[in-house]
Amino acid sequence: MERTLKISKIKDGTVIDHIPAGKALKVMTILKMDDRTTNSVSIGIRVPSGKMGQKDVIKIENRDLEKFEVDKISLIAPEASISIVKDYEITEKFSVELPTRLIGTVKCHNTECITNLKEPVSSDFLLISKKPIVIRCNFCERNMNEKEIISSL
Amino acid sequence: MLKNRSIVSIDDIGDNELDDIFKATDEMSNALKQGKVLKLLDGMVMATFFYEPSTRTRLSFESAMHRLGGSVISVSEAKSSSVSKGETLADTVRMAEGYADIIVIRHPMEGAAKLASRFSSKPIINAGDGSGQHPTQTILDLYTIKRELGEINGKEITIVGDLRYGRTVHSLLLALTKFDVSINLVSPEILKVPDHILSRLPKGIKMKVANDLDSVMEHTDVLYVTRIQKERFSDQTEYQSVIGSYSIDMEAVSKMKEDSIIMHPLPRVDEIAPDVDSSPKAAYFRQAGNGVPVRMALVSMILGGK
Repeated sequence: MERTLKISKIKDGTVIDHIPAGKALKVMTILKMDDRTTNSVSIGIRVPSGKMGQKDVIKIENRDLEKFEVDKISLIAPEASISIVKDYEITEKFSVELPTRLIGTVKCHNTECITNLKEPVSSDFLLISKKPIVIRCNFCERNMNEKEIISSL
Repeated sequence: MLKNRSIVSIDDIGDNELDDIFKATDEMSNALKQGKVLKLLDGMVMATFFYEPSTRTRLSFESAMHRLGGSVISVSEAKSSSVSKGETLADTVRMAEGYADIIVIRHPMEGAAKLASRFSSKPIINAGDGSGQHPTQTILDLYTIKRELGEINGKEITIVGDLRYGRTVHSLLLALTKFDVSINLVSPEILKVPDHILSRLPKGIKMKVANDLDSVMEHTDVLYVTRIQKERFSDQTEYQSVIGSYSIDMEAVSKMKEDSIIMHPLPRVDEIAPDVDSSPKAAYFRQAGNGVPVRMALVSMILGGK
């Protein structure tokens, strides 16, 4: 069987690969890319993958990612890889890595947490477990699971 | 050493520090009994911010500071403070650190004391943060068990009542995991210990969930009763469905072991009948009395008076 991605190459920009199948649109939300976005974007959803069976992939023209964006992506796509493309060539490729501490990355799911008031602090979480993903708020000490993390991103 | 440290969570107290706190508490307790005037913190000031109602905790902190020779400044409620003008807790704390050597905070939001400790160069003591923790209550609970029964290890402890919202229960459970104890949890279905606390308890802990208090009464060493807290329910019909779920009366007490005790962080409503008060097993007023020497020990150790 021929296994080809039906997504064209990009000239300059970023490729986010190995996103768990079905999570690409959430990654787009993390990157705040919506109908006002002017970049050219290709999204592959549930494309065949030797490693993952199925995966999502996103290619964005003329867009670099900030560290906090990569950290957020790592929460929902811990095995994602990111390639920086310059003039059709990959100049840099790396896997996202779940940081052991996440500052200002995700809002605390606990509505009674002090960080949800207008206080001059960023949210602050410790990584408790990678699989399944669990993080703990350093203020209210509540744990958040994957579902709660996704709804708070 | 606790010197200059904040106590925000029970985890802030190291395993081997509890013994030092207990020894210091014994000394404070003896000094109080002998009517000694202590001047350990002469000239020092404690600021108390109680944004939620409190009687015992507040009075015992303030009494502890006065007994140590220090003085207290306080804000009684959020309504009368700059919070009502929209000031953040972070700003309030940064102002207060200029006025006091140690700051005691009770706040309805979880993590409030932690936030305060990040903005203050002066030590912060958490006197209760919403449904979060109440570490000094836990220290005095542990001290009470040790003082009443001689030992914490080897005991069977039954915690009954509101295990969902009760912050004293959350702190106590986390602290008890450091000891070799058996724990029974008894509560209405909707007031069970929340997952975020259960997930933090070590796997090997001897703990069982019992629906029926009678089934555990006979072998319980410590019966820790808590109030079902009306103020934590957003749905008052839910509160009505569980109020009065457990009531400890003399008939129930008669089933308990000879050397067992009954504790309660107080205030109680109707979960312990008044005639139980005369039983030697009723340790809850002695427990409340331990609040002053325990807090004297903590404040003194933090401020270097001891």
